[in-house]
Amino acid sequence: MPQLPGLVKGLGVTFKTMLAGNVTVQYPHVKEAPPSRARGVIALKEENCTVCMLCARQCPDWCIYIEGHKEKRPPRREGGKPRTVNALDRFDIDYALCMYCGICVEVCPFDALFWTPEYEYSEPKIADLLHDKERLGEWMQTVPEPLPLEAGAAKKK
Amino acid sequence: MLAIDVTTYGWTTALKTGVVLAVIPAAAIVLGYTFLLKMMSHMQSRLGPMEAGPHGVLQLLADGVKFIQKEDIIPDEADRRIFALAPLVVILSTFLLYIVLPAGPRLIVQDLDVGIFFALAVSSLSVIGVLMAGWSSANKYSLLGALRAAGQLIAYELPLVLAVIGVVVQAGTMSMQGIVAAQAHGEIFGVGTFGNPFILTQFVGFFLFLVAAQAELTQTPFDMPVAESELVAGYMTEYSGFRFLFFFMAEFGTAFALAAIAATLFLGGWFVPGVHGTAADVLGPLVLGAKIMVVAFLIFWIRFTYPRFREDQLQTFAWKYLIPLSLVNIVVTGVLKVVL
Repeated sequence: MPQLPGLVKGLGVTFKTMLAGNVTVQYPHVKEAPPSRARGVIALKEENCTVCMLCARQCPDWCIYIEGHKEKRPPRREGGKPRTVNALDRFDIDYALCMYCGICVEVCPFDALFWTPEYEYSEPKIADLLHDKERLGEWMQTVPEPLPLEAGAAKKK
Repeated sequence: MLAIDVTTYGWTTALKTGVVLAVIPAAAIVLGYTFLLKMMSHMQSRLGPMEAGPHGVLQLLADGVKFIQKEDIIPDEADRRIFALAPLVVILSTFLLYIVLPAGPRLIVQDLDVGIFFALAVSSLSVIGVLMAGWSSANKYSLLGALRAAGQLIAYELPLVLAVIGVVVQAGTMSMQGIVAAQAHGEIFGVGTFGNPFILTQFVGFFLFLVAAQAELTQTPFDMPVAESELVAGYMTEYSGFRFLFFFMAEFGTAFALAAIAATLFLGGWFVPGVHGTAADVLGPLVLGAKIMVVAFLIFWIRFTYPRFREDQLQTFAWKYLIPLSLVNIVVTGVLKVVL
């Protein structure tokens, strides 16, 4: 009976596990704090967006919808030509399609998109997962502060 | 006078039937909740159901209500009458088991002279129901599961019966109350205060009985008849609604009954040292219940620890190891009974 010690040991393992604590977190009653850099949802800092469409074009799932129009702004210097800027009309992300790859965050040249650890945004209907720029903007409050620069790193002017 | 007797008999029978009808679902719920839901969860480092009632105690009631609400599906190709009847046959065998379980000096439905023989005989009735279920389902998984169940239940019926023979030889009776009394009046090295639970002398029998009961109940590591990774759910595959509920209740009701038989045969049953008469009728069920929970804990502990045997390992284990061991146990018990 060479298997016998192993069989007894197995019983010991289950018995010890039974008496030890469990790992369940009872979610709606108890909430686990996700790590601060968790990739929960993507937030939008609207004033940084220049409607360059890079994120929408890079998105593998085509889940970003952007619409904008051109506007004239006063010149920077006296007597100059009025500037033309892009104004953002619509910035929607369809979280029913998003696969959380984060390419849009990586590709954004103006730091308008951020990861946040927020995760409680489920909806009863799948169409309601299309979130608009107001909702994406609210999530900016949950974006953690960027890590401090390394000592001796060049400061941006 | 005859009329009065008949009425009394009628009332007593109705009362006993009612008690058995109430005890089986209650037993299934107690075992299912304590072991299947809670103990297994904690052995897997999780909590199990927590929402229905405090710590999920009402979960199985909710599940039962759910099963009753579900559609009673009978496959087109199925043999309708046999298919519908099979769960009833299985649960009938469970009901019959409860007839001879003693819970106190007077708390027994019928103290048959051949009590333990009767119990083992009716417990194997369920094989017929299982075969009916598998055959009539018109499903290859059901049929394979039923055939496996038939082979397994018959193979392990033998060590189960042979393990009990040691106890019967030692007690000198097959009546369940007689076996309890034999343990209560027994002496350990001349000390008779605590009686003499047969586990002390029949520990081999107890081991054999537990292993065979595990296989009879088709609990892991002997769960090939319902092996979900191979056969979906074996003979239960095509069942839904309350017919599935019957199979579930029969499984846990039989587990409770076999644990009660083990507690009665080997652990002294309802006997409490120094308590007699009505007090024993009150204390007996509690003591028996505690012993049942201990035995059931062993059964389910093994269930949640070991992986499934292979079909040939199962048969080898029964025929080459358990049955010879139980025969040796009978011979040794018989010799010692005559010598001592």
